[in-house]
Amino acid sequence: MSCEEALRRLAEYLDRELDRRSDAALARHLERCRACFSRAEFERKLKQALRGTGSRRAPERLRSRIKSLVDSF
Amino acid sequence: MGRSARELFGAEVERLSDRLYGSALRFTRNAEDAEDLVAEALAKAWAKRDELRDPQAFEGWLLRILANTFMSQWRHRRASPEVPMQGEDGEGEPFSLFERLHQPFLLWWSNPEDAAVQAFLREDMERALDALPDPYRLAVILVDVQGHGYADAAALLGVPVGTVRSRLARARSQLQRELWRHALDAGLLSPPRKRSAR
Repeated sequence: MSCEEALRRLAEYLDRELDRRSDAALARHLERCRACFSRAEFERKLKQALRGTGSRRAPERLRSRIKSLVDSF
Repeated sequence: MGRSARELFGAEVERLSDRLYGSALRFTRNAEDAEDLVAEALAKAWAKRDELRDPQAFEGWLLRILANTFMSQWRHRRASPEVPMQGEDGEGEPFSLFERLHQPFLLWWSNPEDAAVQAFLREDMERALDALPDPYRLAVILVDVQGHGYADAAALLGVPVGTVRSRLARARSQLQRELWRHALDAGLLSPPRKRSAR
């Protein structure tokens, strides 16, 4: 796999959307190509940081509301 | 299902409350609306509890219900059916933060991309995400924040998988462009005493 193709498919690789064969081919490329590996690590960290925005300490008011709601089920 | 099912449901929901609230906050961008969204989603989830076949999949199932609940509200609020966005390419050319970080003026750093990711605060990421146009923002929330696959995100958004793929690409490009601008404005990427290296 060329660097150009690896970078073109990198997002789908990180999103786990590639088929098994393409996934393995890209993983092999990243093992051998330092530049693409660095790019992949950077994008992976950004993706992780984005995922982190989806968790926030629920306020006590919401916790109480949830408890009352579940108690009413 | 009897009392034990309710207790189990309550315990799982309590465990996931921060994820539910955080996700809801990204969807609604408003604390009060986020709390309402979580409550509505939980009521729906309880009503549909028999549809959950694998208890191990509870988190994904619940996040999907939350997303679906928001999408229903969002569609209802929209005055007209979704049409292709004007100029879906946003600001034009694809933008890569990684490539920007490898400009010569940043080479004083041994590892600029690592330093940049660490320098961005959670609020920076939230602000950049919240500022995206809704179709892009929702694609990123579903795939990157909630962890849905493209097919699932497409079903939730009511668009083809190819549209999810292209919106994600454009959304990530805009998001990285916004982070880059913020990093320059905040002096996160400038060498000491060279804070105007724009």
